[in-house]
Amino acid sequence: MTQVRDFEQEFLDKIEKEVKIEARDWMPDAYRKTLIRQISQHAHSEVVGMLPEANWITRAPSLRRKVALLAKVQDEAGHGLYLYSAVETLGAKREDTIDDMHEGRAKYSNIFNYPTLTWADIGTVGWLVDGAAIQNQVMLTRTSHGPYSRAMVRICKEESFHQRQGYEIVMTLAQGTPEQKEMAQDALNRWWWPSLMMFGPSDAESTHSQQSLAWKIKRQGNDELRQEFIDKTVPQAEYLGLTIPDPDLKWNEERGHYDFGKINWDEFLNVIKGNGPMNRSRLRARKAAKDNGAWVREAATAYAEKKAKRKAQSAA
Amino acid sequence: MSTEKTEWPLWEVFIRSKNGLSHKHVGSIHAADAEMAIENARDVYTRRMEGISIWVVESNNIHASNPQDKEAFFDPANDKIYRHPTFYDIPDEVGHM
Repeated sequence: MTQVRDFEQEFLDKIEKEVKIEARDWMPDAYRKTLIRQISQHAHSEVVGMLPEANWITRAPSLRRKVALLAKVQDEAGHGLYLYSAVETLGAKREDTIDDMHEGRAKYSNIFNYPTLTWADIGTVGWLVDGAAIQNQVMLTRTSHGPYSRAMVRICKEESFHQRQGYEIVMTLAQGTPEQKEMAQDALNRWWWPSLMMFGPSDAESTHSQQSLAWKIKRQGNDELRQEFIDKTVPQAEYLGLTIPDPDLKWNEERGHYDFGKINWDEFLNVIKGNGPMNRSRLRARKAAKDNGAWVREAATAYAEKKAKRKAQSAA
Repeated sequence: MSTEKTEWPLWEVFIRSKNGLSHKHVGSIHAADAEMAIENARDVYTRRMEGISIWVVESNNIHASNPQDKEAFFDPANDKIYRHPTFYDIPDEVGHM
């Protein structure tokens, strides 16, 4: 008697028992495709995320701030590479996923379509944007996909310095001159709502959420993550003496959470469609980086070939 | 426009975190040759002193067991409990052995 193996059932059993799915394990096509999309877009976000911060490296107000910002931007490049490495275990080619972004078939985090106008934005991005990213990424350390989970563990370890350096910048400004405090407040006003949007639409309207939760790619819904982030961040703003730009924000004793105002999802959709202040600039910069670096990659290949040939000749 | 040749090959990266421990797989990296792979691996995987030694192996050269044959493949070890020390009855009076 031949026994027919039900690979899908074996896969679902592993998910049920919290056994991670590894590179060459059988997995449903849709699971693989969802992960390729999610992890590559996560990688693109790390890489595009370098642009708004790199904008301020040369103008950092002190050497201490400059080395920290440089190290942070370098980390983001590393984070992108850990994630591309995880994508490639799924059989996708890194350069194909990058071309998908450059040609508009794949996205990166919408938050990076906003500009970093002042030095206070660098602090606020570290505090809020990295803070929101950590919230999401800590959840993803428990994802069912092994390589993605391991990339997240590494990233989370490194990310906490990012948030602390950001908060320190905002704190210095908030405790500085009235003009400096005003700068910090202005940055908080502009970044607060886009940061809340980073968690994505409400679960009821999120197209991918349900299946991703069932497959344990995601372990918590968007609304839950957003609420946890708000609950954590409000006291941090209070400590700084800054005001979160939401008149409806208030502690709800009964729920044990902060209530907050309505998020403007029309703005989110409009920016994601390409109409944000920085969409065109970000894509232009990424494409230029790839095109202008092509000769370097070609030269390195030619040099490696030449070296290999020379080595073969001297061995002969 | 870009007359780029094929992508740089993929290398698997293994790092020894300190003497006394084995190299451990940490991820992969693209590079034109082994020398560049080691330098790129240092920049990507050891920014916080995670290693004192790096191995890189071109991914093409990794051969692996097939996860779908896992049961049959590892089965021979499964029923040999006599390979484990607890299989043997030694009286407590004998002491730790």
